[in-house]
Amino acid sequence: MTATLDTTAEAENKPAAGEIPSFDVTLKIQRFSPEVGPDPWWDEFTITVHGTDRVLDALHKIKWEDDGTLSFRRSCAHGVCGSDAMRINGRNRLACKTLLKDVNPDKPIIVEPIKGLPVLKDLIVDMEPFFASYREIMPFFINKGNEPSKEHLQSSEERERFDDTTKCILCAACTSSCPVFWTDGQYFGPAAIVNAHRFIFDSRDDGATQRLEILNDKEGVWRCRTTFNCTEACPRGIEVTKAIQEVKRAMITRAF
Amino acid sequence: MQTHQYDVVIVGAGGAGMRAALEASGEVRTAVITKLYPTRSHTGAAQGGMCAALANVEEDNWEWHTFDTVKGGDYLVDQDAAEIMAKEAIDAIIDLEHMGLPFNRTPEGRIDQRRFGGHTRNHGEAAVRRSCYAADRTGHMILQTLYQNCVKQDVEFFNEFYVLDLITDHDLSTEDMADGAEVNATGVVAYDLATGEIHVFQAKAIIFATGGAGKIFKTTSNAHTLTGDGMALALRRGFPLEDMEFFQFHPTGLAGLGILLSEAARGEGGILRNSDGERFMERYAPTIKDLAPRDIVARSMANEVREGRGCGPNKDYVLLDLTHLEPSHIDAKLPDITEFARTYLGIEPYTDPIPVYPTAHYAMGGIPTNVEGEVLRDSHNVVKGLFAAGEVACVSVHGSNRLGTNSLLDINVFGKRAGRSAAAYSKTASFHDLPADAADRTIAQLDEMRDRPEGERVAEVRKALQETMDANAQVFRTKESLDQALADIRELQARYKNVSVQDKGQMFNTDLLEALELGFLLDLAEITVVAAINRKESRGGHYREDFPDRDDTNYMLHTMTYRRPATAGDTVDGTVENYFDHVEEFGDYKIVLGSKSVTQTRYEPMERKY
Repeated sequence: MTATLDTTAEAENKPAAGEIPSFDVTLKIQRFSPEVGPDPWWDEFTITVHGTDRVLDALHKIKWEDDGTLSFRRSCAHGVCGSDAMRINGRNRLACKTLLKDVNPDKPIIVEPIKGLPVLKDLIVDMEPFFASYREIMPFFINKGNEPSKEHLQSSEERERFDDTTKCILCAACTSSCPVFWTDGQYFGPAAIVNAHRFIFDSRDDGATQRLEILNDKEGVWRCRTTFNCTEACPRGIEVTKAIQEVKRAMITRAF
Repeated sequence: MQTHQYDVVIVGAGGAGMRAALEASGEVRTAVITKLYPTRSHTGAAQGGMCAALANVEEDNWEWHTFDTVKGGDYLVDQDAAEIMAKEAIDAIIDLEHMGLPFNRTPEGRIDQRRFGGHTRNHGEAAVRRSCYAADRTGHMILQTLYQNCVKQDVEFFNEFYVLDLITDHDLSTEDMADGAEVNATGVVAYDLATGEIHVFQAKAIIFATGGAGKIFKTTSNAHTLTGDGMALALRRGFPLEDMEFFQFHPTGLAGLGILLSEAARGEGGILRNSDGERFMERYAPTIKDLAPRDIVARSMANEVREGRGCGPNKDYVLLDLTHLEPSHIDAKLPDITEFARTYLGIEPYTDPIPVYPTAHYAMGGIPTNVEGEVLRDSHNVVKGLFAAGEVACVSVHGSNRLGTNSLLDINVFGKRAGRSAAAYSKTASFHDLPADAADRTIAQLDEMRDRPEGERVAEVRKALQETMDANAQVFRTKESLDQALADIRELQARYKNVSVQDKGQMFNTDLLEALELGFLLDLAEITVVAAINRKESRGGHYREDFPDRDDTNYMLHTMTYRRPATAGDTVDGTVENYFDHVEEFGDYKIVLGSKSVTQTRYEPMERKY
């Protein structure tokens, strides 16, 4: 109990939520609306924020108090729904998981839509091409044997084999950070491969051969240039490049 | 304007909507309309697990699960429905596993199970391991798995379509329907967010699966998009809402932010402590301590803070202590929530306890349905072709307080039932003609809001609403606090008539949608507070300091709230046996409170102790 009391006291010495002084920050946001004109433009907003505020809080403050036309997607606001992937200071991140104090707020923070997908309005891009690639890799469980009356058995080790890629929230941060995807929109992209990986390495699944066939396509895994942008971009900490490499290896060895 | 025709139209693509879609789409022509992308739905934020008495790790059975659900809901649960849910839970888990859901496993390769609040062995003896889980992202895995299977089954989605009206062949908001008279749901009107275009969907059967309304509160675990759209539409079209005074406050929201930290943290051994370092739940629930049901834990936490034993510079939170757990155990079982603590509060849970405080989490109430998912238009008359499932619905399996994990269970069991019922019904039914002006009300509403001259900001009114709800209708309530909340809401309803939007465009006009969502929130907050004022007892999630005891003599009844024109009579259903005697007049409409009896089968109400 004494140890707990000490840690409690220690925690209290740290600044708590709301205690961190507020500061001013400037966001430079790329805007676009086909109803306004054919070209994008930049707007700058300077607002006062708190130390615990995220980029999403800043975008909301701008939308709610200054410019209601600013458009972006968001829902859960804590990094699990995948709605608000955007380019923040040149890096793909979720706005709701990026604290302003962590992105060098002394300079204007640059906010742009993710790249490689058509921009529809402000920070909103067309997600259909992204989901189309996802759907192509057969992102669903395929089990050809007789269905057991209870659960399929799977060891903890077998379950662990694909744990990392089950975390994917389909935010497109990885795919839209990939230089191959930027130049070749036909490339399946990291997210689709991650989701193929999730099933290929699931001991219960019988569709690996079909999925590997799909990904052996000229727009499949071999387009990956191992730049690691995707791994760096993933807000869920998935080792995306490693997963792609594992799929490549499985394609050669047919071992999964 | 475009028109569509489907046998079944499902509104909402969270767990309940997609589970329904998997049942219906194989049988009849089905469309799913969602204001988000399906994988963005808030089912994905659920963490801890889904209970089913599989007995994979210790003795358990569905009867114990039923009892825990009934007792957890402070006996306001309809016991027949709870029994169905607990029984069908086992198949629901196996269904999900067969769809590919990657549950954590036991050493024998079976689905692993862990402890969760209020789930006990043999009617309360001790906590039982009943929750099936996938790390602390069970909801994420359920949402993904259901979506994957919808892709497999080629379910047709209308993404980022926002349903703004429900069409019925009788306007219940103005017409008094005789007992037994037939009312049909015939379609919905939707707004395509990308283009601003209106779409009318004609359907034989409609399933509402639009989720909850947590955004009536400021501190909430709910997504920005959880604005109670389905509930509010039903209310405005004259349907009752059941038990809206019962809102669950989850004990462990990140202090100041409301972001959810799963009860699984306590299921895995986490302990709540006050500023003295005391494990205070030992005083409030001596048997199961930190794993007492959420209403009890939330109230205990708020009481610690109120009595000066809160932590931090403002003494306004308590601590969730995981520091005695092995870091490897935390990483394996609770990776996401510990990441939340690091990301948002800069706290390292291996070494430091996490500041937590109750956060608005779940609406026990909603659109009344029977166990087949059919919507009721009063205490007993079913609406033809209208179904509801998930948080938007009130079956009622949660009574006055939902047990942890039972929402993921609810969406699977009753989502499936609603989908099956809707498909079966649509096979026997024919389309009803829609009126030529079916979309006019929606178009007029959108145009009016878009064209208003510059007025007040939506965000200001919404903030004021959320602040009064947090201050006056949260864990502790009194007549005075609720009267204050109602007065504030009345004033905000008036101000709402003058809010305006800056975005006048057609494409992705989220400014306009936020304005409409605020209207829904105001209507639901109003109903919630009126029902809370009327219920002069304390039960489950509804705690009245001026009436601290449960009163089974007068209140062992579901509340049915109706919104009626000011000119209508004060009764809504001449055959109901017992009314709460209450009518609130609000200018052009009034709120009439009726009741519905609680179905009791095998469990006599007892005092609720843990």
